[in-house]
Amino acid sequence: MAVVQIRNLTKVFKAGTLGAVNNINLETKEGEFLVLLGPSGSGKTTLLRMIAGLEAPTSGEIRIGEDVVNNLTPRERGIAMVFQSYALYPHLSVRENIAFPLKAQKVPKEQHKQKVEWAAGLLGIEKLLDRKPRQLSGGERQRVALARAIVREPRVFLLDEPLSNLDAKLRTSAREELDEFHQRIKTTTIYVTHDQVEAMALGERIVVLHQGEVRQIGTPQEVYDDPADTFVATFLGSPPMNLLETDDVIVGFRPERFLPAGLIAPWAPMEEIAKTLKHENLLPADLQGPGKRIPLRLHVEHSEYLGSERVLYGKLSETRFRDKPVCARVSSSVLETYTPNTSYDFAVPEHELRFFDAKTGKRIPPRPFPWQ
Amino acid sequence: MAVDDRKVGVFMFLPAVAYIALLIGVPLILAVLYAFSDARIGTVGFHFVGLENFRSILQSPSFRAALRNSVVFTVSAQIIVIVASSILSIALEAPFPGRWFVRFLILLPWVAPISLGAIGWKWILDSIYSVITWVLVWAHVFKPYGAPMWLGEPTLAMASVVLVHSWRLIPFSTVIMLAGRTSIPKEIPEAAAIDGAGFWRTEFLINIPMMMPIISVAVLFGTIFTFTDMTVVYILTAGGPYDSTQVVPSLAFATGIQGSDLAAGAAISLFLVPVLVLIAYFMLRAAHRAEVA
Repeated sequence: MAVVQIRNLTKVFKAGTLGAVNNINLETKEGEFLVLLGPSGSGKTTLLRMIAGLEAPTSGEIRIGEDVVNNLTPRERGIAMVFQSYALYPHLSVRENIAFPLKAQKVPKEQHKQKVEWAAGLLGIEKLLDRKPRQLSGGERQRVALARAIVREPRVFLLDEPLSNLDAKLRTSAREELDEFHQRIKTTTIYVTHDQVEAMALGERIVVLHQGEVRQIGTPQEVYDDPADTFVATFLGSPPMNLLETDDVIVGFRPERFLPAGLIAPWAPMEEIAKTLKHENLLPADLQGPGKRIPLRLHVEHSEYLGSERVLYGKLSETRFRDKPVCARVSSSVLETYTPNTSYDFAVPEHELRFFDAKTGKRIPPRPFPWQ
Repeated sequence: MAVDDRKVGVFMFLPAVAYIALLIGVPLILAVLYAFSDARIGTVGFHFVGLENFRSILQSPSFRAALRNSVVFTVSAQIIVIVASSILSIALEAPFPGRWFVRFLILLPWVAPISLGAIGWKWILDSIYSVITWVLVWAHVFKPYGAPMWLGEPTLAMASVVLVHSWRLIPFSTVIMLAGRTSIPKEIPEAAAIDGAGFWRTEFLINIPMMMPIISVAVLFGTIFTFTDMTVVYILTAGGPYDSTQVVPSLAFATGIQGSDLAAGAAISLFLVPVLVLIAYFMLRAAHRAEVA
């Protein structure tokens, strides 16, 4: 096990153009599950490939444990990587695939059988050892790829979107398995994904990347609740955070915190709230707590019923933010069905507002809601 | 409408059928007929002699020598071609400045007419005007007039013929191998590198086994091109010295056309059929496997 440290790492593919990775600094913790999250082209895969040794950095330093590994080959770095396509060797059986790293690193032959069986047992694929990769399902291939990665007990695990080739249902269970697997082996893991749900579910910390730069590093809750800038605010969350722009400040609030005024108005008596809900006490406590509410009138244009919730797309009416597009997510336990082309009273608790600088997009301290 | 389509289809198909029937079918039938006759150039009529031609061919030492030479010629040319084209395909896979030009240069021997290429090599290997000899003499490897005769000594002549034929086949094989190599997903050799495999292990345990269906296609095509070819032999040595480079097709030509014994020539060339049928069978199987994989 080891800590990965990255100092001022830059990768420029074509001289004179913007780097795929620009001056990145980050450090994992011992045994941590760190997720690199970003849209395509954000440099997350390039960063991972530089850590793996498949791509040479233009400048900067990569350390694994105590060693600077910039000039080491992948095999000398003590890392293992699982590729998006799994990259299993199609002409070799599962057993030979898992044993390949042992063979390549000249582990004495007597140990192969025992190690292969240990890795296969860890992932529950003992029965598949004599099959060829093409005879396996997507989920089984992923497990074989993990077994091949773990068999030589690497210091660091690198995973490049390992779930993106699985169908939606399998992805959820594979995600759980991956999480459980990490709990068991506790090896430092760096995981690349563009899927925020995966990142939130798996990551102990998330590194949000955009255009080759780190926008924020934090726990899933930190990056979601306290985004460092407007990019992070809109990249995480679906639908993304509502942003209301003025000349000097951008006000943001999450659609799920933008709620019917009757639910969260401090003056609304509990009986009133109870009348609007199918079930009682379904509102997060903080919404019911003290503090000011910012009333905003929502003109609903379009609504999507998603079973557990209703997503309302519309525009604000009245105030200076008239006609600004916003979105609200209302729990389906609210009885109101919201007819399109009708206006409703909505509100946001004041402590749910996030403020960003209008020029830089960076987070700034809370201030009064810019009514004027 | 449907009937018209059929007619048009048949009409457009006919030239190909005629071409195959006239230029491949008729000579094949004639060859089979001649092989069982005593036809010579100028013979009128047909006189059936049974297996007489085959019996006398099998007893002839020059046929046995030609068969042996054919095998040596084919096998050694294939080995050289596969090794060389593997190396070239590795070298040409990664991009470098001017790669397209190098690829173009390597393809040239395949594009040039084989007879012209062979005549060029005949001069390069000539006993008096050879540039190779000139360079070696200049470098003091040999004394003037003491240099080997590239096409005049049995072993050297065979080596020359094999090398010139390999020169001719390498581009074709390289193109096939390059296609095979680019069809391997990029992550597979990368995964091998991460798993700790060096260059040789990645080549021999991963890349070459994955390219096997395509390599076998290249080998089988090369075998057919070599086993049935007589151009290089005919132009460089005409089978000499002392039949040391005579191969089955050139012997068939020498006996049947130049020696005017049509029947014996036909019988000799029919010996190629079983070998080629076998190769064609393996070729189709390999092609099928390549499709499935």
